[in-house]
Amino acid sequence: MQKTLKKYFLVFTLPTLAAFAFAFIIPFVQGLYLSFCEFTTVDNATFVGFDNYIKAFGSGQGFLYSLGFTAAFTVVCVITINLIAFTIALLLTRKIKGTNIFRTVFFLPNLIGGIVLGYTWQQMINAVLYKYGTTIVSNPKYGFIGLVLLMNWQMVGYMMIIYIAGLQNVPTDLIEAARIDGATSWQTLIKVKIPMVMSSITICMFLTLSNSFKLFDQNKALTNGAPMDKTRMLALNIYDTFYSKTGYEGVGQAKAVVFFIIVALIALLQLSATRSKEVEQ
Amino acid sequence: MLQNYKYDIAKSVKECYYEIVIGNVTENDSETIPKLTRGKQKEKRGMVMKKKLLSTLLCVSMVSAMLVGCGSEASSDSTETKETTAAESTADDTTTAETTADDTASAEGGKVYYLNFKPEVDEAWQEIAAAYTAETGVEVKVVTAASGTYEEVLKSEIAGSDAPTLFQINGPIGYQTWKDYCMDLTDTDLYANLSDKSLAVTGDDGKAYGIPYTVEAYGIIYNDSIMQAYFAMDGAVVTSVDEINNFETLKAVVEDMQSKAADLGIDGVFASTSLMPGEDWRWQTHLANLPIYFEYQDKGVSDLDEIEFTYSENFKNIFDLYINNSTCAPGLLGSKDVSSSMAEFALGQCAMVQNGNWGWGQISGVDGNVVAEEDVKFLPIYVGVGDEANQGLCTGTENFWCVNSQASAADQQATLDFCNWLISSDAGKDYMVNTLGNAAPFSTFSDDEKPSDPLAQEMYRYMESGKTSVTWNFTSFPSQDFKDDFGAALLEYCNGNMTWDDVANTVVTRWAEEKAAIAE
Repeated sequence: MQKTLKKYFLVFTLPTLAAFAFAFIIPFVQGLYLSFCEFTTVDNATFVGFDNYIKAFGSGQGFLYSLGFTAAFTVVCVITINLIAFTIALLLTRKIKGTNIFRTVFFLPNLIGGIVLGYTWQQMINAVLYKYGTTIVSNPKYGFIGLVLLMNWQMVGYMMIIYIAGLQNVPTDLIEAARIDGATSWQTLIKVKIPMVMSSITICMFLTLSNSFKLFDQNKALTNGAPMDKTRMLALNIYDTFYSKTGYEGVGQAKAVVFFIIVALIALLQLSATRSKEVEQ
Repeated sequence: MLQNYKYDIAKSVKECYYEIVIGNVTENDSETIPKLTRGKQKEKRGMVMKKKLLSTLLCVSMVSAMLVGCGSEASSDSTETKETTAAESTADDTTTAETTADDTASAEGGKVYYLNFKPEVDEAWQEIAAAYTAETGVEVKVVTAASGTYEEVLKSEIAGSDAPTLFQINGPIGYQTWKDYCMDLTDTDLYANLSDKSLAVTGDDGKAYGIPYTVEAYGIIYNDSIMQAYFAMDGAVVTSVDEINNFETLKAVVEDMQSKAADLGIDGVFASTSLMPGEDWRWQTHLANLPIYFEYQDKGVSDLDEIEFTYSENFKNIFDLYINNSTCAPGLLGSKDVSSSMAEFALGQCAMVQNGNWGWGQISGVDGNVVAEEDVKFLPIYVGVGDEANQGLCTGTENFWCVNSQASAADQQATLDFCNWLISSDAGKDYMVNTLGNAAPFSTFSDDEKPSDPLAQEMYRYMESGKTSVTWNFTSFPSQDFKDDFGAALLEYCNGNMTWDDVANTVVTRWAEEKAAIAE
């Protein structure tokens, strides 16, 4: 068996490998190269060295501001989404009537596209703010809160599903044992359930973290950075640099590379941090 | 027993999907034995289904991977042969595959690919493409970029092997971005027939690279029936539109009308000043053109690396007039878009709206439109500078055709032939004028070949009245980013978060920064 596998190793992996190379590796390497170039389209690039990277962090680019805004947004979102999702998951594993309906309803927002969601929430938030004679783009705080609301609404259902899966896998005998030992339900939660669902927490943390950090559609549709680019997140900043500045395509590309490095670093750090807390079942 | 619960997370997640999609309930945390066994059975059923699903998925991914592999081979093939065959579209390679026209200026075997800018005329272009192919046998492909995404689409399309041969730029700034792809059009019929050669976009070498295919005008569109109702009132400031020929009068009339809005049956004089991000071009581009136009005139230039924004106060005055005498409170403008402004005008809720002759389609297309065709008129935008009595509409264009300089010679020739057909053949001219509604600036068009909608008529009336048109200088605005920031500052001003001085400072500094960025 092992031998045949080795024999046909290439035959079976080649198609996938080729697809992976075409769809990911080659564009990635090309993108990396382009970040050192000045170009209008990918075909006519001229090498300029580190110029783009220097410009990317220059004043007037708003890159660092966007980074700060994105970081703040991510921290708030990761905390709120996971807390809410976990709470709902706890409630929905208690055999309440209509559990499946609730699960479905909570999960549904996740099936709606980001742009649609952004415009829908813009209308809803504006409808409320109209009463106070203002709009979502009048103050960056409103935009921030709006984005957090939207993100929670969209992501909570998905995370909830993962947490439910995790909670259902907590062995009942452990919980029973804890109960016999006289643990309160709070102690059971902290000492038994949470350590047992640590792998779910790892996944959820990773998903919320990377999704919040990379948020684009919702940001573009909800505020598009208004007012004065104060609600512009990193991805939108890169997009604006690339498309609405003349001759700044390379700088946009350089920012994208920096963006990739940041996301990869944070994700790896977070993964190793939560992984270490996981328990063997 | 414990064994049964040892799923990995991924499996369990899938199970949850089943619960939702198929309703396959597995109550794993139930405590009674019978329920557990039931759960186990369902679990088995779930496993079988999962395996089937898994194998199907694997098959699909295998097949698709193979397809991707084959597809990429095919495409690398086509890049090899591209140089000689001029055209090989992915699916419909018709008869063009065997031609070898490469260096001769023959259109034989060439084909046209036009990347259209205006979504509202996409259908018209498809019809034109079909008609041209039927007449000449030359393949014409027209693709339309979704509203506001032209630059993105062009960037990705032009890098492909089947690149657009005809595309458009918005003026000198657009030329800066696309100069590597703009072909010299000086020796073409297109340029020769251009009635005003100064309209073309020229490069540093003085040659023409972009040819305008339409002329447009904007100003303040007003509803004459509401104006007449106002003039008939007691104590009206003026009694005819002709008397409104400077900013002072305009301001007096507008403010008086606003105070009598209820009697006139309107919500406000001006339609809402749409400042939703991406919907603010009527102010940061069109209205901003006026102070810049007068500044350029004072200095006798057509472009500046740094502006003083000399007429910032004038801009503020007209802008204040718009936002304070409107259907909508200034604080709510951040939620308004252009189409809602145009709808307000069409529904008779306001008397005036600043927009261009392209706005007629929007006005007439609104359901329940109450504005009669003969009541839609233009008024110049007066800002209190220069010889206002002789000021006309803002007339110009930001639609320039460019031919892809990196396309094959056959394709280039086919494209030029296609453009020529549009401006010289009877069928082509008919499409240009009546289907596309273009006021084509070519000498091949006679006087009766002009669009007939009321705003186009008004545009011609102003052009022929001897008044001085304000040229479109916003084509020299440094970048979209500059305009966006200008618009954002205006929004902040309306929300009371920025003083006018801050807005003016933003404009001056951002202009200088963005101009410097281009010059690099």
